[in-house]
Amino acid sequence: MAAGSGRAVVGRQGAPLWLRKLGSMFLNVYAMAGFLYLLLPVFVIVLFSFNEPGITRDGVFRPAVRGVRNYRWGRFSIDAWKDPFKLPDLTNAFQTSLKIAALTTVIAVAIGTLMAIALVKYDFRGKGPISTFLILPLTMPEVVMGLSLLVLFVSWGIPRGFLTILIAHVMFSVSYVATTVKARLRGFEWRLEEAAADLGASPQRTFFKVTLPLITPGIFAAALLTFALSLDDFVITYLNRGPQVTTFPVQIWLTKKSGVPVQINVFATLVLIVSVSIALLGLYVQRRRERPVAD
Amino acid sequence: MSNARSTKRWAPWALLGPGVVWLVVFFAFPLVRLLTTALDDSETTRRLGGGGIKNFTTIPKNYGEVLVRTFTYSLIATLLCIAIGYPMAYFIAMRGGRFKNALLALVVLPFFTTYLIRTIAWRVIVDQEGPLVGFLRWTGMIGDSEGLLGRPISVVFALVYNFLPFMVLPIYVSLEKIDKRLLEAGRDLFASAPRTFRKVTMRLSLPGVFAGSLLTFIPASGDFVNADLLGTDSTLMIGNIIEKNFLKEQFRPGISALSFVLMLLILGGVLLYAKLLGTEDLI
Repeated sequence: MAAGSGRAVVGRQGAPLWLRKLGSMFLNVYAMAGFLYLLLPVFVIVLFSFNEPGITRDGVFRPAVRGVRNYRWGRFSIDAWKDPFKLPDLTNAFQTSLKIAALTTVIAVAIGTLMAIALVKYDFRGKGPISTFLILPLTMPEVVMGLSLLVLFVSWGIPRGFLTILIAHVMFSVSYVATTVKARLRGFEWRLEEAAADLGASPQRTFFKVTLPLITPGIFAAALLTFALSLDDFVITYLNRGPQVTTFPVQIWLTKKSGVPVQINVFATLVLIVSVSIALLGLYVQRRRERPVAD
Repeated sequence: MSNARSTKRWAPWALLGPGVVWLVVFFAFPLVRLLTTALDDSETTRRLGGGGIKNFTTIPKNYGEVLVRTFTYSLIATLLCIAIGYPMAYFIAMRGGRFKNALLALVVLPFFTTYLIRTIAWRVIVDQEGPLVGFLRWTGMIGDSEGLLGRPISVVFALVYNFLPFMVLPIYVSLEKIDKRLLEAGRDLFASAPRTFRKVTMRLSLPGVFAGSLLTFIPASGDFVNADLLGTDSTLMIGNIIEKNFLKEQFRPGISALSFVLMLLILGGVLLYAKLLGTEDLI
């Protein structure tokens, strides 16, 4: 950048310096506005977890009587934070979401990682088509995947509920896991496995002592991604859930007509805090690992 | 030796097995079922004015308008994502310096909340009595009794908002990969800054724009959350039609045909776009 502006003085670049400076400043302002646009709703979500819906008229605050439509600012309150588990439906839905996300992560990471290993380590006929097939779910609108799965469950007479949601989540997560782990596995030194075998390690021992530790960062990244995707999925879940089983996003959808309770924003803020903490922790661990060992 | 070779031959398939089976049974096969459902020729379907191939041929008449609207909104949203996202990605890649990672974290921060709540937050922002509408009324850009809620612009900007990070990240990755020496070479060969940008930076970042467009356009065209929370009946998209009818058994053949058409149109659009950008090798 510095070299570029140095040359500008020489006047090789056509446009006058002030114009280029203006353009450069414009880019900065424009980008800042973009960030603001992205972050404004996040700010609103956190802010409205401290909301008490209602109207102030003639200096007197009247709490919303019917429902708790958390779409307009009433006044500041920490009521929802004091009692986030006040609404059993919401709490149950959140627990269901966590359960499904955990199970999805375990299953999808296991079978997705195996696929990634197969695709990176081996050369075999059919590798190309399989790789393409693996990407297909990523290029399809959720509503199409969701509806086709629903049609399948209906035609097989499988009642929709916890199991069908889990099946659907694993289905759309597998591709993400395989793609993420695959990216990390490229450049992996497979000869280390051979070395371990040559030194007399059994295949199991080689896998657990050599292969697994080396691919763990990739698996960890894929696991976090899967958990987040599963926790946040709405469309496919909504189309394949039964009337008894409700996840956190579905519960939000169901309450949007009757009035979105403030507790939803509390849960969302908590999810935000936990995710940011995990991300920061990950960065910290990565930085420590990359730092050369001082002795 | 021959034993080892035969082991090698089945080894990848053993590893692929569970995943491939899962995807075939719960992803590929359902698409076949979707098509057979879409071609349903039962008495109920016929009474609704369809049956067999008629489920498809009646789509332009019944849902033509919604289809056009869906693709118009998604296309505008994608173009706006490029217009907003490209400069952001450029800013991070070229001027981010040591704040690069922090800025990228800010881009994905909205994903750490929940999709539906993010959209509801937009609902709050464009509310009739919110500060944004107040400001627009004050500037006279909209009338005193007018609002933003229920207008196409609210739906489109909510779509843009929800999928913008999907645009910024791939463009950033492709900009980051550009060898900075190429830009210097451009300057040294007396190319003006805009010319260098056009001939080098933009061309090399096209794969990122392509990937970002797919990641934006595909989910936008199937979405029903934004149009539901921020729109009215006159801003309905294909997703809304599917969402409103999927529970009613008699309508399933119709909406199955509709979602099949949506899928085919997207596929066709993607191929056409790849051809236009000259990025066929990416698919």
